[in-house]
Amino acid sequence: MSLIDSLPRVGAPKLPRFDGLIPWIVPLAIILVWQLACATGFVSARVLPAPSDVALAGWKLLLSGELVRNIWVSFWRASIGFLIGGSIGFTLGLANGLSQLSSKLTDTTLQMVRNIPHLALIPLVILWFGIDESAKLFLVALGVFFPIYLNTLHGIRTVDPQLIEMGRIYGMTDGELFRRVIFPGALPSIFVGLRFALGIMWLTLIVAETIAASSGLGYMAMQAREFMLIDVVVLSILIYALLGKLADSASRALERLTLSWHPAFQKH
Amino acid sequence: MQEALRFHLSDADPLGRAEIIEQARFARRGARTASRGLSLTIRDLRKSFGDNEVLRGIDLHISAGQFVAIVGRSGCGKSTLLRLIAGLDTATAGSIDFGEEARAEDIRVMFQEPRLLPWARVLSNVEVGLGRERASADAQARAESALVEVGLGEKRGQWPAVLSGGQRQRVALARALVSRPRVLAFDEPLGALDALTRISMQRLLERVWHDQGFTAILVTHDVSEAVALADRVLVIEDGVIAHDIDVDIPRPRRRGSAQLAALEGSILKNLLQGTEDASDL
Ligand SMILES: Nc1ncnc2c1ncn2[C@@H]1O[C@H](COP(=O)(O)OP(=O)(O)O)[C@@H](O)[C@H]1O
Ligand SMILES: [Mg+2]
Repeated sequence: MSLIDSLPRVGAPKLPRFDGLIPWIVPLAIILVWQLACATGFVSARVLPAPSDVALAGWKLLLSGELVRNIWVSFWRASIGFLIGGSIGFTLGLANGLSQLSSKLTDTTLQMVRNIPHLALIPLVILWFGIDESAKLFLVALGVFFPIYLNTLHGIRTVDPQLIEMGRIYGMTDGELFRRVIFPGALPSIFVGLRFALGIMWLTLIVAETIAASSGLGYMAMQAREFMLIDVVVLSILIYALLGKLADSASRALERLTLSWHPAFQKH
Repeated sequence: MQEALRFHLSDADPLGRAEIIEQARFARRGARTASRGLSLTIRDLRKSFGDNEVLRGIDLHISAGQFVAIVGRSGCGKSTLLRLIAGLDTATAGSIDFGEEARAEDIRVMFQEPRLLPWARVLSNVEVGLGRERASADAQARAESALVEVGLGEKRGQWPAVLSGGQRQRVALARALVSRPRVLAFDEPLGALDALTRISMQRLLERVWHDQGFTAILVTHDVSEAVALADRVLVIEDGVIAHDIDVDIPRPRRRGSAQLAALEGSILKNLLQGTEDASDL
C-alpha cells in the first residue's frame, strides 16, 4: 500500500440538480430588481415599463396574431438571407482554400470588399431595391457572407499538412482526402464563422427592418415608437435577444454533435 | 520512496516473463521461412535542396527482410533518405530499386508523430492503412487484427485524443502494418516517448518485424536502440554512408549486455570522429 493510495480521493463537489439553474440566477435577479424598481416608482413607466407590463403587451400581441406574424417574417428573412450568403461564402471559401487559381482570381477582390461595412450600403440598397424583401435579404446575405467565407478559407488552409501527407501516403483520392481529412480538419474554424455569422445576421436584420420595412420585428418596434408604446419596443428588443440566443444554442448543439472527437467537447 | 519501490518490484516480474516468452518465440521460429520483405538497391542517390546538397551519392544494398538502422548527426539527411525510399520525394539523381514491382501498399512509413486523424475512432484510423483495399469486405476484420497485434484491441472505439503517446504510436504502427507491407520505414518513431514506453515499443517493433518478415529501415538518433534492434547499422556523414556495421549479436538481445554496450561505444566513437565538439551530436 503506497502513501498515495491511502490518501482519500478528492473529487470536485458536484451539485447536478442545481447545475442547470445557475446560469438563470442572474437574469432572474435582474428581472426582479427591474420589477421592483418600476413598482416602487423609482423608474418611471415612460422610461422603462415594468416586466409585467412588457409581458402583458406580449400577450395582447400574441392574441391578435400580430406578434407571431412579425416574428415569422423576421425569422424567414434571417434564414433565407443566411442560407444565400452562407452558401456562397462557404462555396467560395472551399474553392479558394482548395484551388490556387480560384484563390488568385477572387481572394484579393473579396478582401477589399470586406473592408466596406455592409450597413454602409443601406442607402444604395434602398435605391436599388426600395424597401422590398430583396433589400433585406441582400443585406443579411452580404453580412453573413464574410465571416463564413473567411473562416472556411482559414480552416482549410490551416489543416495539418502532416495529416494531408499521411492521407496521400495511404492512397486517398482527392475526394477521400477532402472528406476524411480536409473538411473535418476545417470544421472547428467553420463553426467559428457560423457563430459570427449568426450574430451579424440578427444585427443586420434589426437595422434593415428598423430603417426600411413594412413588417417584421424591427418594423413592429418602430411603429410602437411612433405611438409611444414603449412596452412593445422593449418587447421587440427582448425577442431579438431571445432569437439570437436560440440561434447560438442551435449552432452550439450542432458543434457538440459534429465535433465530439474534439478534446474540448468530450464529456467525462 | 515507497511509491518508487513498489513500482520497480511490480514491473520487474512482467518484464522478466516477457523476455522468456520472447526467447521461446525466437527459438521456435529459429529458421525463418522465406522472407516476405523486398530487397532494396540504391545506386548513387543524390538529393539537393537548392544549393544545399544533402545526399551526395548513397550506394546501398539491403537484402530482403533485413532490419537496418540508420544513424547520424541531426540534419545529416536521414529523413531525406527515408522519404526518398518511401517515394515521398523525388531524388535529384540516382536510383532506388526494390528488386520486383512494388505496389504502393507494399511500402509504408511511420513518423515521429503518429499522424492519426483526431476525428476518426482508433479502428477507422487503422482502416486508413488499407489504402485502396479500404472498401473490401474484410477491411474491418483486418484492421481489428492489426490492432490486436499491437495490443490495443480493446481501444478500437476510442478517440485518439484519449490515448497516451505510446498508444497513439501503436495505433500508427497498426495502421502501417494492416496492409502487410513488405518494406516498413521508420523515422524516429519512438523519439517522443518516455524511456519505459520506448523499451516496450522496441520490443513490439522487433516482434512484428520478426513475425511478418518485412524489410525494416529504422532512422534513429539513439545508437543503443539501433544496436538493440538492427542486423546492421549505417552511419551517414557528409551525405554518404560513412560506416556500415554488422550487428552479429544473436536475438533476442539482452538490453544492457556488455556486447551491445561495446558495439554502441564503437559506433558512437565513429560518429564523433572528426568533430571537435562532441556535445553537438
Ligand atoms: N523540404 C526541404 N527543403 C529544404 N531543405 C530541406 C528540406 N528537407 C530537408 N532539408 C534540409 O536537408 C538537411 C537534412 O535534413 P533531414 O533529412 O531532415 O535531416 P535528419 O538527418 O535530421 O533527418 C537539413 O539541412 C535540412 O535543412
Ligand atoms: Mg529527421
